Amino acid sequence: MADKAVALAEKRLMDVKLGQIFSWLGTRDFTPNGLVGAVRRGHERYFNKYIHVKKGGIGGVAMLLTGYVVLSYVWEYDHIKHDRWRKYH
Amino acid sequence: MMLSFFDQFMSPTYLGIPLIALALVLPWTLYPTPTPRWLNSRLLTLQGWFINRFTQQIFMPINPGGHKWAVMLASLMVFLTSLNMLGLLPYTFTPTTQLSLNMGLAVPLWLATVIIGMRNQPTAALGHLLPEGTPVLLIPVLIIIETISLFIRPLALGVRLTANLTAGHLLIQLIATAAFVLLPLMPTVAILTATVLFLLTLLEVAVAMIQAYVFVLLLSLYLQEKRL
Repeated sequence: MADKAVALAEKRLMDVKLGQIFSWLGTRDFTPNGLVGAVRRGHERYFNKYIHVKKGGIGGVAMLLTGYVVLSYVWEYDHIKHDRWRKYH
Repeated sequence: MMLSFFDQFMSPTYLGIPLIALALVLPWTLYPTPTPRWLNSRLLTLQGWFINRFTQQIFMPINPGGHKWAVMLASLMVFLTSLNMLGLLPYTFTPTTQLSLNMGLAVPLWLATVIIGMRNQPTAALGHLLPEGTPVLLIPVLIIIETISLFIRPLALGVRLTANLTAGHLLIQLIATAAFVLLPLMPTVAILTATVLFLLTLLEVAVAMIQAYVFVLLLSLYLQEKRL
């Protein structure tokens, strides 16, 4: 299936081929304004897909909270690794 | 080993970024703004219902002048409840265990109620320092006591929240360690300890909500006293 020719800078992340990923990153906007805009767009996409549905269940919020728990674990790993039971694994 | 139990309250940083920043922002991301649609999603409906009920409840005894505080107190309640409840998830950090944060919330709000009372009706605000019907000889002592009790309020607000949450988290960690260590040695005792742990976790969930509520309720009481 031949796609229309679209400039690299305008492609969305899911349409970028793996080989082109670094050049795609080079075209993105990494100023603070750009980063905030990217976070807001990602936030809205997630919310509109999983939480703002008429009969949303616990799944949308649960995914968010699980991600938060995993992130907190990564954040605190340097601190928690002193609680190991064996010195050498 | 004793020292490491308090380490959970140290503010963790990763590559220079403190986790408290993420933990403080998270309640904001969890509560979406209502859309202009007539029928919103379930989460939004629940959220709106809860905030309405809560605001009605808290502001019933306060005269209309104090209703300007509705946004402040309602958002404070939601913020504190979500911070406390999120702290019960594993590996997360509870910002309300830090005394600095709680004092930062308590002192400005309490001071605002006092200053508003002093500005609007200075005589009545000063009159609060002496309850009606005190014997004449006790008047100097009582004024000192009432002044002290006025100034100790922000301290009590902040420390109450900190102490309750810190104690709860510490208990959970202690009992969980006990259950874990006892498991290979005495399985029955370990099961009993695990039951205690389960009940304690339920209690902690309740405490999380109650403490936030008490904070906001007391603030509204101080507001009411000033009779705006």
